[in-house]
Amino acid sequence: MQHVSGALSRSFSTSRVAAATQMTVRDALNSALDEEMEHDENVFLMGEEVAQYDGAYKVSRGLWKKYGDKRVIDTPITESGFAGIAVGAAMGGLRPVCEFMTFNFSMQAIDHVINSASKTFYMSAGLIHVPIVFRGPNGAAAGVGAQHSQCFGAWYSHCPGLKVVSPYSSEDARGLLKAAIRDPDPVVVLENEILYGQPFDISEEALSKDFVLPIGKAKIERSGQHITLVAHSRAVMLALEAANALAGEGVECEVINLRSLRPLDEATIIDSVMKTRNLVTVEQGWPQSGIGSEICARIVESPAFHYLESPVVRVTGVDVPMPYAKSLELACIPQQHDVVKAVKKIRCSRRRWLTATLALWLLTAQTTANVSVVQTYIKLEGVIPQGTVRAAREVCTRELAMERRS
Amino acid sequence: MAGRLSWSAISVARRSFGLQLRGSQAQLINSRTLSSALGEEQPNFPGSRSKWTEKLEFVQPDLYDGIPVYRVMNRKGEVIDPAYDPKLEKDTLVKMYKRMTMLNTMDRIMYESQRQGRISFYMTNYGEEGTHIGSAAALDDNDLVYGQYREAGVLMWRGFPLDRFMNQCYGNEGDMGKGRQMPVHYGSTEHKFVTISSPLATQMPQAVGTAYAFKRAQNGLCVICYFGEGTSSEGDAHAAFNFSATLDCPIIFFCRNNGYAISTPTSEQYRGDGVAARGPAYGMATIRVDGNDVFAVYNATKAARHLAVTENRPVLIEAMTYRPTLPSHPTPPHTPGEDRALHPL
Repeated sequence: MQHVSGALSRSFSTSRVAAATQMTVRDALNSALDEEMEHDENVFLMGEEVAQYDGAYKVSRGLWKKYGDKRVIDTPITESGFAGIAVGAAMGGLRPVCEFMTFNFSMQAIDHVINSASKTFYMSAGLIHVPIVFRGPNGAAAGVGAQHSQCFGAWYSHCPGLKVVSPYSSEDARGLLKAAIRDPDPVVVLENEILYGQPFDISEEALSKDFVLPIGKAKIERSGQHITLVAHSRAVMLALEAANALAGEGVECEVINLRSLRPLDEATIIDSVMKTRNLVTVEQGWPQSGIGSEICARIVESPAFHYLESPVVRVTGVDVPMPYAKSLELACIPQQHDVVKAVKKIRCSRRRWLTATLALWLLTAQTTANVSVVQTYIKLEGVIPQGTVRAAREVCTRELAMERRS
Repeated sequence: MAGRLSWSAISVARRSFGLQLRGSQAQLINSRTLSSALGEEQPNFPGSRSKWTEKLEFVQPDLYDGIPVYRVMNRKGEVIDPAYDPKLEKDTLVKMYKRMTMLNTMDRIMYESQRQGRISFYMTNYGEEGTHIGSAAALDDNDLVYGQYREAGVLMWRGFPLDRFMNQCYGNEGDMGKGRQMPVHYGSTEHKFVTISSPLATQMPQAVGTAYAFKRAQNGLCVICYFGEGTSSEGDAHAAFNFSATLDCPIIFFCRNNGYAISTPTSEQYRGDGVAARGPAYGMATIRVDGNDVFAVYNATKAARHLAVTENRPVLIEAMTYRPTLPSHPTPPHTPGEDRALHPL
């Protein structure tokens, strides 16, 4: 990783133009860890295979060679053990980064994550900070079956006292991991195995040593005016792909990358929904009590509810433990067509809503001969698609005919 | 104070729960009387049973050389002490040899399948064939097996057909698991082999629970629980060992100590005398064997089974062996190291 940073700093001085430098998420995480370990000698990494093996997914490549046994520690196989030890180290003044080979194995240690780490600040009335980071790959990978594919976003974001981030791009990975390590309280960093090898464009600013992203702030990846898509981690890529496909059909989606699950950036989502009036949430995790459920509840409880033209739709993983066979696995993870279908379903219901509203207006106008209503209708004609107006006129004519007959 | 309570004593004690307070008060009075008489000669603590000492000395971890490794054959395959030759029938010996070879061959083919992208994942059993076949041959066909993930030879010994191994790995329509599980996560009710579960050591307390159920059923069977030395670091291993002893369960814990957990060597996994040293500490009869010596594994498992079933107690076998290859496939490259010379294969 030092080799790469060396190359980048050379190009830094020769070209001020925002050259599209690319970096994989793995390298982004690696560089973030390296920089934070350099910046603060209390920061250390512990987990299974993190040292000489360079990490099960190579995220800690080169770190043991550079920092040695004291800062990069291989643990025996006991998640509950080393999570507990990491919490103790944090309480004792160090700043551990505790790696779970996947978050599925964090279930063996979840008592320490929740009861030992995240509740301690509150239970000690603010006296004890636990500056610990729990990180590792989360959610569906490829062909690893049920016990290696669960998404823990919903479980961890449920608990007060814990911050939970879920980076998508390399910039997210760098900024959020650095912010997590610098945070005085427990942070869970939910990475994604499939994204590790994915290269992203990264700005010079994001490559600087003090680059941190605020925890609890979402990013609008793509602006649009017809519908809002909210996603986190790998599902952001899915939402963006669906948005591109829909743009070809004249539907402009606004894609929000949550970045953090707790605190959830509800303000950004509310503002977006108030603009687009339609919302689809996209995630790979299971539907019940998932991230989409939480977002839907928050929207319903907010002023944005009155702006909704259609019900909120959640696109989620299928409600089964992940099967192994490739064909089955594909059927269990949301694909581009699932998101497109959800958007189109909303567009349909939206058209029905508009038709119904218009028909009502027209009826009122015809029966009361209310001039101002008719004038408003004429103004609206420019805004609402012709097809909808035509449909509304048909409904209206039909209704009036029925009334005259009766 | 009572050491090992028999099963009937426990039930009596449970039934007289209502009288517990008075009983313990009576015990207190008794122990006080005893201690005044015996307290000078022998400590009388509920937590331990031993002698007094006036010497301040710590028991160091290197107190002894380590639990010795039981073997029957030397490196050349010659039986050293004929008294310990299991004298197996020719058919059994041939079956053992054939199954070990078949396992090795199947591994080679499936490993290559994985490298060619035909299946996404595989784990070989190279070097550990002796541990599987030796132990499986010493069991009753109805003894229940809880494996970790490197015990395909046990299934093979019991007659799991090659077709079913293939179907499971390929996750095709012939797979009885209907493509739900990753490759090598075999299971078979018919062959009394519990389906492999990925999280490490979870099979251990489960195995103890089943052994407890077997004891209650008085079916004369035992449970065998296989695990690696790395897995023994998990908290579940501690719980399993402890419960198997306190609940007097007919279970054989079979540890395959192959020197590595992915790339973590035993020197980083534990500091004590391996897994075997922990056995007596939990109250288990323990033996360490040469896992590459199929007769030693056979003899030890047979004797362990006898202890477990006739006395309702847990037994720990630590089979020393070596993993000459990568832990699973795919896995990024890792060289096994210079100690390869010690285990030429």
